[in-house]
Amino acid sequence: MNKPIRRVAFVTMIMFALLLGNGTYMIIFRQSSLAAEPQNRRVRDAEFAQDRGSILAAGKTEVAATEPSKDRFKFQRVYPDGELYAPVTGYYSYDHARTGLESTYNAQLAGTDDALFVRRLIDLATNRSPQGASVQTTIVPKAQKAAADGLGSQKGAVVALDPKTGAVLAMVTSPSFDPNDIASHDIEAAGKAYERLNADSDRPLANRAAREIYPPGSTFKLVTAAAALADGKKPDSQVDAPDRLKLPGTNTFLPNSTNCGGTRITITRALEVSCNTAFANLGLELGQDKLREQADKFGFDQRHLADLGGQASQFPDKLDDAQLALSSIGQFDVAASPLQMAMVTAAIANDGVLMDPYVVSMVQAPDLKPISTHKPQVLSQAMTPANAKLLQQMMVAVVAEGTGGNGRIPGVTVGGKTGTAQSDPTRKPFAWFTSFAPAEDPKVAVAVIVEDASIPREDIAGGRVAAPIARAVMEALL
Amino acid sequence: MSIAVPMTVIPRKRRGVELVLIVFALVITLGGYALVDYNITGGFSPILPYLAGVCVGLAALAHIAVRWRLPYADPVILPCVILLNGLGLAMIHRIDLINSPPTSGARQQLIWTGLGVVLFILCAVVLRDHRPLQRFTYTLGLAGIALLLLPLVPGIGTAKFGAQIWIHLGPYSFQPAEAAKILLSIAFASYLVEKKDVLALAGYRLLGLDLPRARDLGPILVIWLLSLAILVFQRDLGTSLLFFGLFVMMLYVSTERPGWVVLGTLLFAAGAYFGYLNFGHVRVRVGAWLDPFSDYDAYYQVINAQFGMAWGGLLGTGLGLGRPGLTPLARSDFIAAAIGEELGMTGLMAVIMIYGLVVARGLRTALQCREPFGKLLAAGLSFAFGLQVFTIIGGVTRLLPLTGLTTPFMSQGGSSLICNWVVAGLLLVISHHVRKPVATVTDVSPTEETQLMRATT
Repeated sequence: MNKPIRRVAFVTMIMFALLLGNGTYMIIFRQSSLAAEPQNRRVRDAEFAQDRGSILAAGKTEVAATEPSKDRFKFQRVYPDGELYAPVTGYYSYDHARTGLESTYNAQLAGTDDALFVRRLIDLATNRSPQGASVQTTIVPKAQKAAADGLGSQKGAVVALDPKTGAVLAMVTSPSFDPNDIASHDIEAAGKAYERLNADSDRPLANRAAREIYPPGSTFKLVTAAAALADGKKPDSQVDAPDRLKLPGTNTFLPNSTNCGGTRITITRALEVSCNTAFANLGLELGQDKLREQADKFGFDQRHLADLGGQASQFPDKLDDAQLALSSIGQFDVAASPLQMAMVTAAIANDGVLMDPYVVSMVQAPDLKPISTHKPQVLSQAMTPANAKLLQQMMVAVVAEGTGGNGRIPGVTVGGKTGTAQSDPTRKPFAWFTSFAPAEDPKVAVAVIVEDASIPREDIAGGRVAAPIARAVMEALL
Repeated sequence: MSIAVPMTVIPRKRRGVELVLIVFALVITLGGYALVDYNITGGFSPILPYLAGVCVGLAALAHIAVRWRLPYADPVILPCVILLNGLGLAMIHRIDLINSPPTSGARQQLIWTGLGVVLFILCAVVLRDHRPLQRFTYTLGLAGIALLLLPLVPGIGTAKFGAQIWIHLGPYSFQPAEAAKILLSIAFASYLVEKKDVLALAGYRLLGLDLPRARDLGPILVIWLLSLAILVFQRDLGTSLLFFGLFVMMLYVSTERPGWVVLGTLLFAAGAYFGYLNFGHVRVRVGAWLDPFSDYDAYYQVINAQFGMAWGGLLGTGLGLGRPGLTPLARSDFIAAAIGEELGMTGLMAVIMIYGLVVARGLRTALQCREPFGKLLAAGLSFAFGLQVFTIIGGVTRLLPLTGLTTPFMSQGGSSLICNWVVAGLLLVISHHVRKPVATVTDVSPTEETQLMRATT
């Protein structure tokens, strides 16, 4: 009977080898993915009980910090000016995961990132409680505050960019929320706060500045104008500007919302008065491919600012002529985030060079040594420098002589463009304004949207509602 | 060319080695227990000295019994068993402290340990020789089957965690499958020693394998149906697998016919597939094994065991510093996961190796044994022990679908602990006879059977 017993012994040995092999496999291949599972309470609790790094606005203002606490977690996350910076910081909660930079930079903030490995070992050896890295953002508190004050209780968003680097100087969305409520260690209260915010019809948890897309209305005429310049037109080229334009292939007429001042006007004039029929004709003349190419050069159809989960803006496909005419003036299915419109203006202001927008400039270890630093990156050459300069002058004219008068700042040359999007007749229009300043050496490009602006529909209202907010932000940054 | 001269092996008792190993096992046990206290409460429990006294006393009694009545027994098995039992005790104590106020699982387990050691000593002192057990083939077999089916009797059987494997008699509850495992091992061994010649007769050949004659298929079919009955009516995947595996393995060892293994594997596969198709709880287990994250709530336990072991990593969080309480049943079915979390994969592997040592020593005893009953019994008990460890630890670490078996010597629970002490006792009894210098005259000469075997193979 010894032969079968030896075989049985061999089989048993295989069984034990399998157990050991499986354990090895688990540690090598499954451990990290298991630790990353959101339901893993062990990891979650440990992270929650950690001295998490700060999130800083420019000038070392702490916008998310960690305080010692006396409950079952040793540290409490606090947001000193929570509502103001919520679109950037997001929240850090026990049951409802994380959003914003708290989510994208979680590993660095928690100190579990590989770059902090050696430091963790030192902390372990010296029995010091480990500390996370801090995240330095590009947000300028003064501009952020100006934008939030400007929006007040209106629904909307503001994005300000540094045209030369792509740094996000302000990012405000309204209504906002207080992340302190969701970060509370009173798990039940935090859950209730989350439920309430999540159910709110005004959607305070939404980041309107980067993650929502809206019909850009007349601000999109900047893209059409840029495409026309690229196609060889000059600012003083004449375009047909009838009072109303019969949309090709339909019996519908596209009216003007403003007095275009003649039936044949220059492109500069058309932009100044935001003449619908002139730009619709321009778009029809250029064709949808050229228009889409220009839009894509400005960054449409791509996601930007991945750190905050930015949405891609859209220029629709397969247009018929009527749809093309509407798309040329930023209606039909054209949709852009405020971030995208700020990028369009920033590219024009930066002599046609579109910079990749970013909000985190540096991640710093607890000893203040930089772990990673952002270098500004070019996304595309959206326009030739010469054409960009021409379009800058046209935008300056919009503010100096046209619909953008409310964007004027004494002593500073401002270029801008208004917009009113009325894509849905049952809803109040969206008021837009996008601008840059100073025109000679642009330091800031800003885009503002106000949802449900309480203004007469016919009015070119972007100038009235949105421009003063843009002006306040620009003033804060100059 | 040298002529093979019968070697004179000087028999060595090795009781001193056993004692040193037992001291080592006790140091780990008590060290672990103290560490749990220290890491959780920051101090040492006042009962620690008493606990140390009880543990040392029990180990000493077991050792003295072996030294007195089984002086030639294997020196490794007892220390391994003490270490596993002690580590389990420390772990159960650790899980007791999660609750507020602490539960008294460890104290209960210590009482069971005491009973187990008493039975172990009875094996050594009263039984002394395994061979008389051969006389009770049918009595033990029927008793084993009756025990297995007892939980199905209305009134005393109760279902826990979806499996109907418990019986209740007054205030006591018992998992009879553990005792049945021993009774049936003995019954199988003596039955097969008696019948192996018939069972080894070739029936017909299929794909190069000699299959048994149709009329000899009776016993395997009976056990197969019994296993299926356990699976169907008691919903106990693990016990079903364990018994069937045990029986097929013993059949193979006694007849030396691989055909039995092939047949047995096919029958088991058919039974398992039938179970998968017809029982929700089998499908849940398989689902949790293949893709636990597809349904977090349904597969909560398996997922949390994974989380725990991943959290422990290679070296573990340290005793008392992990969070094994997040995994349900951490003190019984999932104690391996708790070990993996707090002692790390390293600790869990060390535990697996200790189990492996016990199995290896048991199989070695079987190989050296000179009479078929002891051989078959030692091989059967060791294999069943190994299979049980493989199934439960494999289930907890997601090597296999989970089956509700106990982790021998570690899981909290009296039936399993006491019965495993009896298994250890039986293995020591057999090994004592194997290693004893003057072989007592065996009733059945091993040569007879080998000749017959040669005639048929």
